[in-house]
Amino acid sequence: MATIVSYTARPRRLIQALLLLLAVAVGVGSYALVGLGRFDELPANLLQITVGALVLVAVLQIAVAWRAPYADPVILPIVVLLNLLGITMIESVHAANSIYGVRSSASADRQMLWAVIGVLLCVALLVLLRDHRRLRRYTWISAVVGGILLLLPLAPVIGDSRNGSRIWINIAGFSFQPAELAKIAFAIFFAGYLVSRRDTLALAGPKVLGIHLPRWSDFGPILVAWGFAMAVLVFQTDLGTSLMFFGLFVVMLYVATDRLSWLVIGAVMFLPPAVFAATQMGHVRTRITCWLDPLSSANYGSCEQISQGLFGLASGGLVGTGLGEGRPDMVPHAESDFVFASFAEEMGMVGAFALLLLYLLLVQRAVRAAVGISDGFGTLLAGGLGFVMALQVFVVVGGVTRVIPLTGLTLPFLAAGGSSLVCNWIIAGILVRLSDAARRPAARQVEGALPGPAARPGQEVTA
Amino acid sequence: MNKPLRHVWLVVGVLFVLLFTSTTYFQVVAQGRLNAHGQNQRTLHNEYGRHRGPIVVDGHPIASSQESGDTYGYLRTYDPGAMYAPITGYYSVVYGFTGIERSLNDTLSGEADALFYHRLADVISGRENQGATVELTLDSAAQEAAWDALDGRRGAVVAMDPETGAVLAMVSAPSFDPNELASHDTGAVSSAWSALNEDPERPLTNRAIGGDLYPPGSAFKLVTASAALETGDYSADSVIPGPGTYSLPNSSSVMNNFSEGRQEPCGPDDESTLAEALRQSCNTSFGMLGVEVGEDQLRSTAEEFGFGQDLSIPMGVTPSRIGEDLDDAQLATTSIGQYETRVTPLQMAMVAGAFANDGVVMQPQLVQAVRTSDLSTVSELSPREVGQPLSAANAAQMRQMMVGVVEDGTGSAAAIDGVEVGGKTGTAEWGADRAPHSWFVGYGQQDDRKIAVAVVVEEGGYGSRTAAPIARDVMEAVIQR
Repeated sequence: MATIVSYTARPRRLIQALLLLLAVAVGVGSYALVGLGRFDELPANLLQITVGALVLVAVLQIAVAWRAPYADPVILPIVVLLNLLGITMIESVHAANSIYGVRSSASADRQMLWAVIGVLLCVALLVLLRDHRRLRRYTWISAVVGGILLLLPLAPVIGDSRNGSRIWINIAGFSFQPAELAKIAFAIFFAGYLVSRRDTLALAGPKVLGIHLPRWSDFGPILVAWGFAMAVLVFQTDLGTSLMFFGLFVVMLYVATDRLSWLVIGAVMFLPPAVFAATQMGHVRTRITCWLDPLSSANYGSCEQISQGLFGLASGGLVGTGLGEGRPDMVPHAESDFVFASFAEEMGMVGAFALLLLYLLLVQRAVRAAVGISDGFGTLLAGGLGFVMALQVFVVVGGVTRVIPLTGLTLPFLAAGGSSLVCNWIIAGILVRLSDAARRPAARQVEGALPGPAARPGQEVTA
Repeated sequence: MNKPLRHVWLVVGVLFVLLFTSTTYFQVVAQGRLNAHGQNQRTLHNEYGRHRGPIVVDGHPIASSQESGDTYGYLRTYDPGAMYAPITGYYSVVYGFTGIERSLNDTLSGEADALFYHRLADVISGRENQGATVELTLDSAAQEAAWDALDGRRGAVVAMDPETGAVLAMVSAPSFDPNELASHDTGAVSSAWSALNEDPERPLTNRAIGGDLYPPGSAFKLVTASAALETGDYSADSVIPGPGTYSLPNSSSVMNNFSEGRQEPCGPDDESTLAEALRQSCNTSFGMLGVEVGEDQLRSTAEEFGFGQDLSIPMGVTPSRIGEDLDDAQLATTSIGQYETRVTPLQMAMVAGAFANDGVVMQPQLVQAVRTSDLSTVSELSPREVGQPLSAANAAQMRQMMVGVVEDGTGSAAAIDGVEVGGKTGTAEWGADRAPHSWFVGYGQQDDRKIAVAVVVEEGGYGSRTAAPIARDVMEAVIQR
């Protein structure tokens, strides 16, 4: 269905500024509440954090107003809020650990440092990348870089295995999850590759069970992507990363070709390796067992993390224990893999819903940008990045809440971890750039645009 | 490319609906089950991390919580410990909790539904949520008198206000120090715990309301006499047979009129008035009376007194019983408080209370009031009737007979100058080669002040010598001050 979206070309920079201030107020306020909850006093570094956050959002606001004046005003405030809430939860877990001493976890200082780097990279991207279409030049370079990054944890010296998954690298004391960066590289590659091949890939082949299959000769790319996903699954033993990349590829393929058959084929192709992993790989099998029945006494020892996470969720209940009032420290990795459980414990179901809605809104903004952009590359990139973020949230939160088996992915912007935070800030920068392209009047050639409630793209995408 | 994008958005929507559903399930639907899960230490930590309300007797906190600065948050302390331990119970981080600590846990921790608005006010005003204060009905003077008089001998004392059911004293000895079990030093707690559990004197049992029941012996004759009066065929002055021995119907057993095989008749011509039989505590008189009255009447009177009922005060009370399907021989021994008759001291205090309250038995209660930390009252004791085993007129006759027992009979050690004291002793046989349990069950009243008391001393011998003086001390503490 062809859609004509007409925009009232308004920058809405003031709204973004107000929303950014609101995000900082909520984020810093929650940080202060953690200090009050744990130690009955305001955190000593509250002033520095407030000033720091205000400076960073001011830099973001200026950069956007200067280089992307028509960017979506909601994206950055959501990202800032998520980042600050993440810092809040990391501090809450750290403070609980320092009080009760059940485990130990790093303080939020490091995450703050990474946040600064992330914001600066985001700003740099906005300043240097004036037009997202320039990224299309790097299609094949991205493919090579993404492939190398993805396989890097398998390298002998720098590769590092944690919790049974080999998805980390260690360089000079810094650990890094290269899959996060590979995610961006692959999104660029898929978008560039698919936009040039979409017509060929969309050609119909034989019809089976009412579905037009693609031509046999077009199976090459999906087989390569599948092969990569399998390599990740088998050698890094991480179902989540593998699912994320393969899902990204299949969905972008579907968006590019509008052929439902690609989705069906993708799902069918992912099934055998998933079954293989579930039955043949001990590490994945344990996770499957813990997914199905973590609370029985036989499984308790091996499923402590997920059981403790569930107890945390239950302890939070409807409205939560309050920030700085819960015991997230009882969950292993409460500040990274299980930050959602920590958040849901202290903020309750209400807070967890608010958090999920923030992600949903962010994804919606990405899809909205995808709909608004005039070039196929931009559409595919925005749609792909939006979907992969949704998929990542689903895999992480679904793992914690037993919708699917637990995997090694992290919650974007929220979980402790520099690589994830920095890479997601870069994604945020790309999304801002794409949304600017989608809403810029020059790019849309809006005729007779009237102020007031004209047709909104939101109506287009929510069907 | 907008149509596939719409589909992708739809898929994202479905994925997030799954997340909303699963989050709701674990945070709301399965919340109770997860919180109650045995492996969930978080529940324990939450439980012990609350600022628990105190338990108060006469304005003095006998159990209170102080900040401990360790992982548990608060330490529960008891002062004085052992004297009130059977009532307060203990609050242990290792072994859970008992007594009032358990029965009123929701109230003390502040989680009870009745405290909802108080919690809400705490949240709004930013106050730290503190549990409610539980004020007990106990009279510290009566409790101390009973504790001192029992002096560590195995046994129990229960005193109550017959008109309201308020329990004024409840002592069970030997007792234990609940501070040892409430300690956060889990090693010390577990060694104290095993020592207490291995102690043959069973200090963790509240003998006043639970554990093994006691045979009431002659004290049960009060119930038999009440049943006889209620038939309408007898009065205090009715002359009933009371021979020196009574060959039990359809049985080879012979009941002697008095313990230790003494076989004097109850009066000239082997008969006496009912009042005289009670004064002397004649076994044959009450054995034959019970058979005449019949099992049905005896049972219905006993049940009106509270036998067979599950009482909660708010701790659960083991129901007292008189046995089932009795033949005449068993009925005769039941009527003098032997055979399968088993009672709690609390039940016997309720029996005594009925006579002092015009035949009405009140529900015994330990909680005078529940107040929030800002002293507003959540609930107060409201007296409730359990039953009326006998009419006010018959109750007056019983009082008259019981006064006779104390003035000029087996209960003379319980007499207090200037106070109307009525009662009945008991010397309950419970096993060959064991000294009998010593009982006194009675009431005291002066002007408007009334008290009903039951005392049992295990293997204490004659009730007249061992139990009666203890009852006197307790009654004195309440009535004369």
